[in-house]
Amino acid sequence: MTSTIRSQQEVGMSTRSLTEAPPLEQAPRPAEAVRPAVQVDGVSQLFQRGGPPVLQGVDLTVAPGEFVCLLGASGCGKSTLLNLIAGLVQPTAGHIEVTARRPALMFQEPALLPWLTAAGNVELALRARGVGRGERRQEALRLLHLVNLDGHGGKRVHELSGGMRQRVALARALAQDSSVLLMDEPFAALDAITRDVLHQELTRVWGEQGLSIVFVTHNVREAVQLGQRVVLMGSRPGRIVREWQIDISHPRTIESPAVGALAAEITSELHQEISRHGH
Amino acid sequence: MVTDLSSRGMRADAADPNVASAADRAVVAGLDALDAGPQLPPRPGLGRRFVRSVLPPIVFLALLVGVWQLAYVAEVKPPYALPGPADVAETFWTNVLSGRASEAIWTSLSRGAIGFAMSLVLGTLLGLAMWASRWLRAAVGPIVSGLQSLPSVAWVPAAIIWFQLSDAAIYTVVLLGAVPSIANGLLGGLKQVPPLFDRVGRVLGLSAAGRIRHVLLPAALPGYLGGLRQGWAFAWRSLMAAELITYSPALGQGLGQLLNVGRELSQMSLVITSITLILVVGVAIELLLFAPLERRVLTRRGLTMR
Repeated sequence: MTSTIRSQQEVGMSTRSLTEAPPLEQAPRPAEAVRPAVQVDGVSQLFQRGGPPVLQGVDLTVAPGEFVCLLGASGCGKSTLLNLIAGLVQPTAGHIEVTARRPALMFQEPALLPWLTAAGNVELALRARGVGRGERRQEALRLLHLVNLDGHGGKRVHELSGGMRQRVALARALAQDSSVLLMDEPFAALDAITRDVLHQELTRVWGEQGLSIVFVTHNVREAVQLGQRVVLMGSRPGRIVREWQIDISHPRTIESPAVGALAAEITSELHQEISRHGH
Repeated sequence: MVTDLSSRGMRADAADPNVASAADRAVVAGLDALDAGPQLPPRPGLGRRFVRSVLPPIVFLALLVGVWQLAYVAEVKPPYALPGPADVAETFWTNVLSGRASEAIWTSLSRGAIGFAMSLVLGTLLGLAMWASRWLRAAVGPIVSGLQSLPSVAWVPAAIIWFQLSDAAIYTVVLLGAVPSIANGLLGGLKQVPPLFDRVGRVLGLSAAGRIRHVLLPAALPGYLGGLRQGWAFAWRSLMAAELITYSPALGQGLGQLLNVGRELSQMSLVITSITLILVVGVAIELLLFAPLERRVLTRRGLTMR
C-alpha cells in the first residue's frame, strides 16, 4: 500500500493545481489511482444563521501522499476547515470528499486519556479499528518505536513530558491506519527545541508511511519547513488567498537560505493580509 | 538504553535515509530524559507515615478520654448519666466477648451492604438517565438535590406506615438516603468530562456505545467515586436512624437497636458502647474501602500528590 501511494504522490504533485480537476489525462492509470486524498469544493461555513461566514468558498485538493500546510492568522477558520475535513462538523454549503475511510486527527493538545498508559492510548485506537486483542499490544509497541518512545509504553500520561505526549498522540493517530492525517497546530504548545525535533520526526514518519497530511499552523517557518505546499488563508471570511509549491529537498533547516527567503516572502504576504483588518 | 538506540540508529542511517539518524535519536532521548513529567517525591516510609497520620488522632483521643475522666471524677453529671471511661470500657469488652457486639455489627453491616448495593444500581441508573435526558435532568434534578439535603430519618414514619416494622421499611430509608448522592455524583462526574475526550472518541471511530464505555465512564470515574463515598456515608447514617426507630424482635439486633436497648435500660455505658461501635464501623469502611480506591484512581491519573 505504501509504495502505491508513494508513486501516486509523484504523479499528483507534478501538475495538480487548486481549481483544476486531478490530472487524469496525464497517466494511463485507472481513475481510482489519482483520486485526490482530500477534495474540498466550494465549502462555506456559518456558525450562526445570518452571522458572518467563518469560511467562504474554499476549494482545496490534496494529492495522495502530499504534505500541505494551511497557514493563517488566528480566526481565519483553518481549524474549522480541518474539523470539516475530519467529518466532525458538516459544512453549511459545498462538498467535501476524503478517500480515507476515516481521517486521523491530531489536536493542539495531546488529548490523551489520563486513565490509560501511553500504550493503552494507542491500543484504544487499534481496538476502535477492530484489531484483535493479541495483535494490539505488539502493534502499539511497534508504533511507539516509530515515534522513538521505546520503553515508555507503560507510563501514565502525567509521567510524560509535553513532547512525549504529543508523540504518543502521533502514534495513536498512526494507529488509525488512515492514509490521511489532519494536524491542528499539534506542536504550538511545545518549546522550540522539542518542536524542531518533532518536525524531523514528523517528516521522517511522513516519508516512511506515505501519508497525505494537512497541517494547520500559524507559524510561517514551520509551514515552510514541513510542507510541499503552503496554502495561505485570509480572515473574515476565511478563504484561500494564495499558495506556494515548495521544492526544497529534505532535510530542510531554518538556516538554509532557500527556506529563509521563502519564509520571508510568505510572511510579508501574511502581514499584508492581516493589515487589511486594522482599519 | 541510549547507546543501544544510537547504535541501531547508526546502522539504519546508512541503509535508509528515512530512519532517524543516530544524532537525532540521541537528541530525542536527551530531551525525554531532561523533560520528563513531574517527579513525585518517593512515598514516605512506614514509620514516618505512622508519625504523620496515625499518631495525631491517637494522641487526641487520649486527651479526650483524659478530659472525660476528669469530668467523671468531678461529677459534672451523676454517674448513671456520665459513667467513667473504665465503666464504659468494661461494658464494651463484655459485649465484645459475649458476641453481642459482633452480632450487632454483622446485622447492621450486612443490611448496610445490601442497601448500598441496591442504591448503587438505582443511583447509577438514575444518574445515567439524568445525563442522557436533558428533560429528565431539568425535571428530576432539583428534587434529587433536595432529597440529598433532607435528613432521611424524616422518611422513617412514612416507611413504617407503608411497610410496617420490616426490613423493607429499613431499606426504603437507606435507599432514599444514598441514591441521590450516588446519582448526583455520577452526573457531576459526567458533566465534567472534557468535550475534547468525546471528540477523541469520535475521531478514533468509536461507536456511541464504545465512547460511553471507553471514554465517558472512565473519565467520569473520580466524580462517581466521590458520589459513592458520600452515598455510603448517607446509607450508614440512614440505616442507624431506621434501626433506632424500627425496633422489633423479627428485625434482629443491629447497632441501632443496641443503642435503643441502652436507652430503654437507661444504661449509659451501653449507649456509649453502641455509639463507639457505629463510629468505628463507619470509619473502617471509609479507611479500608473508599479512601484507598479513590487514592488509587487519582494517583494513576496524576490528579493528586501523595
